[in-house]
Amino acid sequence: MNTNYYIKSYSSIKNNQVSLNGSVVYQKEEAAFSEFIKAAYKDQETKYPKFFKMDKLSKLAFLAADILLKNENLDQEKDKDIAIVFSNKTSSLDTDRKHQESIQNKESYYPSPAVFVYTLPNICIGEISIKHKLYSENSFFIFENFNAAHLTTYTNSLLSSGKAEQVLCGWVEFDTEDNYEAFLYLVSPKGTLEHNKQNILKIYNT
Amino acid sequence: MDALKQELKENIIEQLNLEDMTTEDIANDDMLFGDGLGLDSIDALELIVMLDKSYGIKLTDPKEGRAIFESINTMAAYITEHRTK
Repeated sequence: MNTNYYIKSYSSIKNNQVSLNGSVVYQKEEAAFSEFIKAAYKDQETKYPKFFKMDKLSKLAFLAADILLKNENLDQEKDKDIAIVFSNKTSSLDTDRKHQESIQNKESYYPSPAVFVYTLPNICIGEISIKHKLYSENSFFIFENFNAAHLTTYTNSLLSSGKAEQVLCGWVEFDTEDNYEAFLYLVSPKGTLEHNKQNILKIYNT
Repeated sequence: MDALKQELKENIIEQLNLEDMTTEDIANDDMLFGDGLGLDSIDALELIVMLDKSYGIKLTDPKEGRAIFESINTMAAYITEHRTK
């Protein structure tokens, strides 16, 4: 099995701060998540109106991925084979709660279709795939904590078996406005930082 | 009728999260779907829920929506005739 894979780039969104390859590209202190993510979207000139229709988990994942992938200057005709492997702890719980509230009262039973469609965590992968025209393998795992070992094994398997040319991996967690975190990294046959558990944890914890 | 049309525009912008739009951007005869506002199938379902929740109108046949949701004008006319609240 070829294990010569590298972490080509990485992004994170947490504590009201957006980072790319370890450098802060945007921050907005003392703002709730909804206000912060909207400001970050505008600051990064994302220009994708469907962003506003997404649930919070998808907004978080979409923006973290968009910042990373835009920086890669992908050729949309050639670079389609990027698999996406995400993970988190609370699945789509924030949106699940919102949906439940809308069906809680039988006298006021108005479930929203636009909310319901986001009651699965892997919908955020679809949003990223649509924007970047990716027709690739994808998975969303639920773990108690960020599981670098599992993602490493799974990603290496996708690459060595030829299922993907690159893999966008990471952790995308949204529980409440104060408890959210996105950490994504692109694994590729090209790069300088070796793809292994130690290096993943090193950039995750910086 | 003009007040209802204004209310519909405000509701559509809020319910469908049309963040970059204002009521001035929506003309009464603009096509809501297709080349007009570019709403999608999930938006259509949201509009059906909005008719029920805000105006007490239950659409039993979703195909009816095609004509009703053509524009603000057609929506306002249908609501005026069928509303129960």
